[in-house]
Formats: sequence, C-alpha cells, structure tokens
Amino acid sequence: MAKFDRDLAWRGYRALVRIREVELAIAARYPDQEMRCPVHLSVGQEGVAVGACLPLSADDLVLAGHRSHAQYLAKGGDLTAMLAEIHGRETGCCGGRGGSMHLLDVEAGLLASIPIVGSHLPLAVGVALARRQRREPGVAVAFLGDGAVETGAFHETLNFAALHRLPVVFVLEDNGYSVYTPLAERQPPRPLTDVGLSHGVEGQSVSGDDFLEVHAAMETALVAARSGAGPQLLVASTSRWLEHCGPYDDDHLGYRPQGELERAKQRCPIRRLGDQLRKSGELDDRREKALYADVRSEIDAAFAAAFAAPQPSAATAAEHVYG
Amino acid sequence: MADSLQAARLLSVAEAIREGLERALDEIPEAFVMGEGVTDPKGIFGTTTGLMDRFGKERVIETPISENAFTGIAVGACLLGQRPIIVHQRVEFMLLAMEQLINNAAKLRYLTRGRQSVPMVIRLVIGRGWGQGPQHAQSLESVFAAIPGLKVAMPSRAVDARDMLMTGIRGGDPLVLLEHRWLHGVRGPVADDVDPDVLSGPVVRREGEDLTLVATSYMVLEALRAADALAAVGITAEVIDLRVLRPLELAPIGESVRRTGRLVVIDTGHRTLGMGAEVVATISERQLSHLKAPPRRLGLPDRPAASARSLAASFYPRAEEIAREAAEALGMDTEDRLHVERILDERREHRLVDVPDPSFQGPF
Ligand SMILES: Cc1ncc(C[n+]2csc(CCOP(=O)(O)OP(=O)(O)O)c2C)c(N)n1
Ligand SMILES: [Mg+2]
Repeated sequence: MAKFDRDLAWRGYRALVRIREVELAIAARYPDQEMRCPVHLSVGQEGVAVGACLPLSADDLVLAGHRSHAQYLAKGGDLTAMLAEIHGRETGCCGGRGGSMHLLDVEAGLLASIPIVGSHLPLAVGVALARRQRREPGVAVAFLGDGAVETGAFHETLNFAALHRLPVVFVLEDNGYSVYTPLAERQPPRPLTDVGLSHGVEGQSVSGDDFLEVHAAMETALVAARSGAGPQLLVASTSRWLEHCGPYDDDHLGYRPQGELERAKQRCPIRRLGDQLRKSGELDDRREKALYADVRSEIDAAFAAAFAAPQPSAATAAEHVYG
Repeated sequence: MADSLQAARLLSVAEAIREGLERALDEIPEAFVMGEGVTDPKGIFGTTTGLMDRFGKERVIETPISENAFTGIAVGACLLGQRPIIVHQRVEFMLLAMEQLINNAAKLRYLTRGRQSVPMVIRLVIGRGWGQGPQHAQSLESVFAAIPGLKVAMPSRAVDARDMLMTGIRGGDPLVLLEHRWLHGVRGPVADDVDPDVLSGPVVRREGEDLTLVATSYMVLEALRAADALAAVGITAEVIDLRVLRPLELAPIGESVRRTGRLVVIDTGHRTLGMGAEVVATISERQLSHLKAPPRRLGLPDRPAASARSLAASFYPRAEEIAREAAEALGMDTEDRLHVERILDERREHRLVDVPDPSFQGPF
C-alpha cells in the first residue's frame, strides 16, 4: 500500500465534494423547470471521474457519454458554462444547442459528450490515432458505462486500438445497470476485464468508491498507454444513487434488490476519503465547513450567472450547419 | 367502422399500442417482442408493461444495447417463420441497425424470389421537446421511406397505432412504425375489431372543399387545429392523414386535390427531401391541371434540433404556420388572416414550446 498522499487526497476530496454539490444543486432546482433538458446525474459515481481525471495532463483528452457532468467538471470544464448549457443559454458550453447530454469544453480537454451509447468510443480512438500521426503527446480517455460494453462499437474500437497499440484508456464505470436493467440480464457472467483481454487490452479492476485506488490505477494505465503499450481498460465498480435520468430517487420502482442502494450509500466515495483525511489529520470540522461553504457559494454564483445569461436568439439558429 | 368506433373505448396511443402487442402475442404464436427496456418498470412509456409477466421471457426479450445485432437476430428468426416486434425508445438508436434493416430485412424477399419473408415490426419513437437536442429528437421518416422493401407508417391516433402494429405483424414485410412521443398520451376511440386496411393508405380526418392539408403523425393534430380556425372565416380545409409513407398510395389525395385545387403538405421531419416533396411532386405530375395555386410544403428547417427552448419555436411548425401557408395558397385577405391568427392564439392552451401540454412531465 502506497503512502497516504495527503495533498492528493485533499485535492481529490475537494473535487468530489464540488461535483456532488453541483449534482445535488441541479437535482434540487430541477423541479423549477428552468433546466429544460434531460439530465443524467453522477451522484454516487464521482469517485471514478475524479480518480481518473486528476492524473491527466493538459495534453490528455477526454470523451464521455450521456452521463458526463462529473467527467466534465473533473477535467476542469467551466462550471458556469455547464449550468448555462443545461439552462439552454447562449453562454452554455454548446451555446444551448446540446443541453446536459452534450457537455464539452475543448480548452479543458473534454472534446465531446455523446449520448448515443458507445458512439463516442471510436471518436476517442480517432483522437489517439491523430495524436500518434501528428507526433503529439497525450492520451485519449473514454468514459463508458457497463451498457456500452454491449455495443458493436466497443468491440470494434478495442480491436482497432489494440491492433495499432494506440494511446487510449477506457474508463468503464460499472454501476451495474443500464437504465433499470441489471447487468446480469444483459451480459453473461464474466469479469468485464476479460472482455478487454479478449481483444488483447490490459485491464485493471478497481473500486470506484475509492478515489485513491482509481487514481493509482489510472496512473498505471497512463504510464502504459504513454509508453506505447497500447490501449488500457480500467473497470471501476460504482453505484448510481439517483434515477437513470432526472433528479429523483427511483428506488420505489423496485428494480434494485432491497437494501442495495442503502449499502451503496454506505460506500460513499466522499465519506470514505473524508474518513481517511480525518485520520491523517488533514481534515477537521472547521476545514470541512469552509470547503462546503466555498463550494456552495461558487455553485450559487454559477447558477445565478447561468440563469441571468441570455437565451440563444432565434436569428442564430441556422448558424454553423455548414462551415 | 363508424358504428364500431361509436361503441369504442377511449384509449391513449400508448394504451392502444400495448393492447396491440398483447393481442399479437396472444393470437400469433410466432410473435415476440424485443428491445431495451421492454421488461423494465417503465415498459417503453407504458406500451410493454406487464407483457413479460403474461408471456414470459422467451417472448418478451430484454436486450443488451446491441441494436444492429438484435435487429439482425430478428431477421434471422423471421427466416424460420417467427414474427418479431422490436422497439427503440428513440429513432436514433435504430441508426445503429440500418445495416441489418436495409441490407437484410428489406432485401431477403426479393433476393429469394419470395421464398423468404421478413414479417417484423420495428417500433421507433420520435422524440421532441424538453431540450433533448440534436441526437434525441430526429424524425427521419423519409430516410426509412426511401428504401424499397420496407413498409413505413406513422400513426396519428390510437386506433391506427394499434391496427398498424397488428396488421403489420400479421403481414409479410418489415414494417417501420414511427410513433411520436407527443402522441403517446393522446386519447381516441378504439374499436375491438382491427381494421385490416389501415396500412392501405391515407385517411380523410376532416372533410373540406377549399384546400387539402396532408400531414403525418403529430402534425395531423396541428393541421386539424389549423382547419378548425380556418372554418371560422368560412374556409373548409380537408385534412388527410397520410398514414403510410411506403408504399405510398396517393389516390385519395389526388381525388381531394381535384376538388379543392389547393394543397399544403406538412412533414413531421425535415421539409427538404421530406414526404411533402414526394407528395407534391406526384400530385403535380398527375393533377397539375386541377391545381389553382402552387402546392406548398412545411416541415423542419435544414438544421439539427437544438436543446435550448428559445430555438424550438422557430424549429417546429405549428397550426399558426399551417394556417399561414393555407392563407397563401388561398390568397386570403388580411382581415381573415388576422382573424384566424387571433383564434389560434386564443385557443392555444399554453405558451410552452417544448412540451405538448403543461401536464406532460416526461419521461421524454
Ligand atoms: C445506442 C443507444 N441505445 C440506447 C440508448 C438509450 N440509453 C441511454 S443511456 C442507456 C443506458 C446506458 O447504460 P450504461 O452504459 O451502463 O450507462 P449508465 O447510464 O449506467 O451510466 C440507454 C440504454 C442510447 N442512448 N443509445
Ligand atoms: Mg450502467
């Protein structure tokens, strides 16, 4: 076990809390019907995005799917532009054209979020291919859910990436569900890392609730990808706490075994890292309070700025269909 | 038909589809249902709820996110005489399966000179509103309707939705059934008997003498609204629900245009290369001498659907725009135009452009 890196843990903790609070703020305000687009919230899954994005350098580029809020923020995407996008504003990260399902921040290195399951995986490999062709540094990182493993694109992409030993890391967030359907009703029982191995792609399994474990595994994967060892797969077990799409709890629908969600909440990535930080003396009540106050005032300000921004003018609707 | 409709129950489009699925599974042993979410608690907007409990997992099959594969699997099952019904919660998810649909489903009958057939129904849901954006709100009916060998239909009311489904699955060809999400909650009379001619072509939804409005799917409702308002200034518009996009039967529309001399076609999808283009071209070829004014077309503009609601108003034509096109075709005077506009404005139940009505809370 590596030495506890207090500074890293604190940075991770701050990012986890910030993302959690953003998501909870969206959930709390969603019933006001001002955020008029579908939202797939990341509450419970923050450990994966933060653990996988913190080790990235500015050259590393991320592509995500429909559930991309955490990845966007963890990669350094602009919070106000994200909230403005969800509010359908001109200042949104897509100028209101995409909504929550299409977050991107090119400057921050989040190139695209694509809500057609598996659709962004080839894009990530294309990014890795271009990096190599252009003799540029940087690894492509694709986040995907357990459902994306079922797409043809996933297998075709892994095969191609492995064949060409491209610098790409696939970060698979296994929350056990595709919408309401559990993994066991969609895939035969086998470790998801074996799927990568069948394409010659090295994989690691980690607990997505353990920021430090995800972070360490991602560092290993990045070193391998950068050194020319080809694509890497990180399978992180995690849990989605809220409904698949929308702001509410959906446990009453009965699609999860009784108690599963409560147990998942016991494994909260924030609480886990917080406990470690407290034990190390890095975190106390005062610092925690200050962190939450800080994060919440940032979020309030971002909501206010997003809300105040203008809606895109209809006169601009036809722009950018062609170059 | 009219008599039986009077005795009919009022069902929503979603309920009617569910009934159609249940009856198909009941009556046709070869029929089975496949799709992502068909066994889940939401049951594809309520259209598959309870089917798995009744018919079991072998006939109501939850699928992985593998659209091209399970479309091909359905085609393969057809080769042994099965009759699959597959469903996607958005049209866009079918794009991953276009290869199987166009290369195999649409070709095997021809290729085998009729020895094989692909009697399957593919249900696709057209998204609209609530900021779903460019990849969850495409209609794309003319993409499917471009392919010989496929049948393509768009119901605008509950009874047609059920009957298209049931007739399609009893038939011998692949049927793409495009369901508009904004219609799922719309109620209408549904008789017990299935109309076996529902896939034969258009149906007149409102009779009129002054002009012919042809629309598909949700746009039929907007066309009926426009016709209602036009009636207030003494214009009677005939509203025809195109219903079946392929094979395209235009005789009833030609017959109507011969009487009215004026034609406005309203597409649910894009205007350019939309169904309206085909309808107008064919009617112009056949009925040019009867046309008193150039035919007109409405549809989505040449750009993707944006998420922001401020961009939705200019994207989706409504009864107002239909009435405006009608006014142009009729050469209506300003006073009548303003009157029609006022009526539509007063009757509009709400100002929201991104939900069908305020009670609609999703899911989208
Ligand atoms: C190709 C395609 N098929 C179906 C869908 C509908 N859909 C949206 S998210 C989703 C579930 C994805 O599950 P997973 O990849 O595990 O991600 P999670 O939602 O659990 O984060 C599905 C089926 C889609 N967006 N794209
Ligand atoms: Mg999942």
